[in-house]
Amino acid sequence: MITLETLCVQVRGLRAEDVQRWIAHELVRAEAQDGGYAFSEIDVARVRLILELRDEMQVNEEALPVVLSLLDQLYDLRRQMRRVRTVLEETVPGELRAELVRRLRAMEG
Amino acid sequence: MADDPYATLGVARDASADEIRRAYRKLAKQHHPDLNPGNKAAEDRFKAISAAHELLSDPEKRARFDRGEIDASGQERAPPGGYRTYADTSQGDRYGGGWQREEFQQEDWHPEDLEDLFAAFGGRGGARQSNAPRRGRDALYGLTVEFLDAVNGAAKRLTLPDGRTLDVKVPPGMQDGQTMRLRGQGGPGRNGGPAGDALIEIHVAPHKFFRREGQDIRLDLPVTVKEAVLGGPVLVPTPGGKLRATIPAGSDTGKELRLRGRGVPAHGGQAAGDLYVTLRVVVGPTDAAFEEFLRSWQPPAGSDPRREMEEGA
Repeated sequence: MITLETLCVQVRGLRAEDVQRWIAHELVRAEAQDGGYAFSEIDVARVRLILELRDEMQVNEEALPVVLSLLDQLYDLRRQMRRVRTVLEETVPGELRAELVRRLRAMEG
Repeated sequence: MADDPYATLGVARDASADEIRRAYRKLAKQHHPDLNPGNKAAEDRFKAISAAHELLSDPEKRARFDRGEIDASGQERAPPGGYRTYADTSQGDRYGGGWQREEFQQEDWHPEDLEDLFAAFGGRGGARQSNAPRRGRDALYGLTVEFLDAVNGAAKRLTLPDGRTLDVKVPPGMQDGQTMRLRGQGGPGRNGGPAGDALIEIHVAPHKFFRREGQDIRLDLPVTVKEAVLGGPVLVPTPGGKLRATIPAGSDTGKELRLRGRGVPAHGGQAAGDLYVTLRVVVGPTDAAFEEFLRSWQPPAGSDPRREMEEGA
């Protein structure tokens, strides 16, 4: 967990007021700690991504929530898939899994 | 990755800084790995794009590269950030359910959903928690091999996602889509159970000249007018190397030669296949002497390659 000050030092080109605005708009969900914010690894990575989206890929601030919402939904699905896969791997015998893979490939044409 | 950074970004060698920046932005939007999670090709492409941009956006580095003082590979760096590495784990639940979390809460994912899913399959999830020895899981991998390696067999090294390598002996005669099983190379067993197997699905890359039909192989062979008319020896590429074959005199385009036993080699109780060579007469460059000869030459009476067309019309 790092503070807002540390975050702004670690991420080049990042300004504290940007982060505060993103938190206010719920684009970043930092935790409150000792009267300030505390950022975990995923928050730092997310801040970097937002910065890249805005500065490198020219997604403007108005469009950021839409893009991030779509990304969040994509990663939601990926985590769900991963959980389903883990459960499949732990419960379904290998032969049957190989058959499932074959059928899925066949459906993809 | 020593590709030409100009080619990677698709810009001319004299492109302005602005053109380079625009090209980079366009490609980055398309291939950014956080926007294409799980897509290795996009990630590799993005690495190359970033490296190329880093090199070309720095006037000094670009000049040194243009002078040949440094190569493209020296400049490569890891892709930035890597939001996906966190978002793909349970840490990502922090941002789950869209950005207005409260609104979407009803549709959030719950572990019970998994159980519903398995109930629909008629099974029960998470029921097995015994200490009995259990075999490790089988791991599935894909391996693309060259056409000739699949025909003749080859030793291949497969690098697994976790960095391990597997030596795979591809036997002769492998077909596209066939799966090989490497015993004990899959996931580790539990409670003393045996390891699972590695299942390797073989993808065969197409060949520029050879086509496979079961045990046989087909090849189109260009021949000159002289070779077609007079016949004679020619060198024919075969999966086992070049071979001298004789073209019969008076061969036309479409004439098929069969080289017995020169197709897919014998393997696993199957006899060797044949190589079918279809001749394609190629006129190629001519000279005044040949043209002069043709002017004075008359085809035998009644010969007309288009006769069938005229009769049908």
